[in-house]
Amino acid sequence: MLKVSSVTKYFRGLTAVRQVSFEVPTGAIVALIGPNGAGKTTTFNLINGMLRPEEGRIELDGRDITGLRPDQVCHAGVGRTFQIAKPLAGLSVLDNVVVGGLRITNKVAEARIAAAEILEVLDLAHKRDAAAGSLTLPERKRLEVARALATGPKLLLLDEVMAGLRPNETDALVETFRHLNRSLGLTILLIEHVMRAVMALSEHVVVLNHGVLISSGTPREVVRDPQVLECYLGEEAV
Amino acid sequence: MNVLFADVPVRGLVVLAVFAAALILAPAVVDDYVLSILILCLYFSFIGQAWNIMMGFAGQLSLGHSLYIGLGAYTSAALFVHFQTIPWIGMLAGMVVAGAAGGIIGGLGFRFGIRGVYFALLTIAFAEFTRVAFDHFGWVGGSSGLFLPVEYRDDSDLLSLRGAPVMFYYVILAFTAGALVLARLILASKIGYYWLAIREDQEAAQALGINVFRYKMLAVVLSAVLTSMAGTFYAFYYNNLYPETIFSMHKSIEILLGVVVGGLGTLFGPILGAFLLTMLGELMTDLAEHIDLDGVKQLFLGLCLLVIIVFRPAGVWPWLARRLGLSGRRDA
Repeated sequence: MLKVSSVTKYFRGLTAVRQVSFEVPTGAIVALIGPNGAGKTTTFNLINGMLRPEEGRIELDGRDITGLRPDQVCHAGVGRTFQIAKPLAGLSVLDNVVVGGLRITNKVAEARIAAAEILEVLDLAHKRDAAAGSLTLPERKRLEVARALATGPKLLLLDEVMAGLRPNETDALVETFRHLNRSLGLTILLIEHVMRAVMALSEHVVVLNHGVLISSGTPREVVRDPQVLECYLGEEAV
Repeated sequence: MNVLFADVPVRGLVVLAVFAAALILAPAVVDDYVLSILILCLYFSFIGQAWNIMMGFAGQLSLGHSLYIGLGAYTSAALFVHFQTIPWIGMLAGMVVAGAAGGIIGGLGFRFGIRGVYFALLTIAFAEFTRVAFDHFGWVGGSSGLFLPVEYRDDSDLLSLRGAPVMFYYVILAFTAGALVLARLILASKIGYYWLAIREDQEAAQALGINVFRYKMLAVVLSAVLTSMAGTFYAFYYNNLYPETIFSMHKSIEILLGVVVGGLGTLFGPILGAFLLTMLGELMTDLAEHIDLDGVKQLFLGLCLLVIIVFRPAGVWPWLARRLGLSGRRDA
């Protein structure tokens, strides 16, 4: 589905991402982990077109999407959430999702029906008429997911949607993503610090540190990798 | 029809119907003085609605909307004076010219990622240098102005926009009603949703598949085109044009004040704001005659604005609509 090849991005003198390559197979759930400042969100921004890489190539189903604008990448089938949620604050929760849904239809009435269904899935139906700006942090994160889902993506990029959730809320959201993955065949790439979610969801984990890919493999392999333990998880994680 | 009135409570529909009926019947009961004030109210309602499309819906601040009034006014007036072109054809020409100007400003600004106040400065710059250019544009009279032949007649020739004030009243009433319907329809469509998304968060909008450049351009051009229609109206109603007044910064501010007072981004805010400010202005003029002190009108008008903006920062309409239960969910 997604193939990232030797992608490099500099910010002035700083190399945010250096020669990073990985793949997300169709139907898979892959996690991107690493300490703060490792280049995870930058990688997302490179994939979705908010940033343009200095080197390297990004392909979606064999199509080169390197350097496309975010709206073009969205039309190519990539939905994303933002780490710092960006609710359309003045609009209602439902209207936020309707905006996403208008990617696949020109009819507002159709988009509204689809949006209402998506709100059910993400447990936001009771908030549909509330202003998006009035939501709590966990609700905002779920709204991010709902809006991205409404655009009808093949690949969903989730940027720390579990952060700040209680364990039972995390488990509920994990269950939702598993359901989306299995029943709709949605491919997911997620950035996450909550290892409970990473271990439960992902089949494959990619670890970044200082913009460099230092490890990748199954969750079990990765948490035993000495390099990962040293820079990120700490010795006691095992 | 469905889309037009969906979500509007009965009470809102009744008030709207009464208001519309009052405006339609007004010329039968009011004198010429009141009629001229009503024309002014509707004129600002119409331009406010046009400006609101750009700022209230799409979130793009224009402080140079006098540019589009001036272009619309001068294009139709010059065509009339030099070639006897009927005003409606002249209006279409003015819409094309203003639309092109909006396209150039939007194109320059948005292509180079100029946002917010910097974009607003760009709009001022264009209005200002167009004013200076028209000062030296001899074909349309330069700084000494362009005048339309004035005819006093009681019959109304709608085709050539010559006639009694009543005719002008119904013309601007039709414009205002048309703009309201148009704004309502667009707001309920995909374009409306996309504009609001861009206004709220441009990056989020883009990630949701919105071609931000295209939709912002659409807002600017549509706003410019509508505004230019008011320019044509101005030219044929007042019969005189000076670059100094029509392209002035003061004119641009006058347009947006009503919208801000009435309620930015709402459908009825521009109308309410235009009526409030115009009436208030007239009241202050009367007051000033009694007090006989220089600048007293501006002083009081300023104070009133201050009070409204301090106590109703979101505008008078959202508050009024909520208080009286006039509006549906979406149009606050």
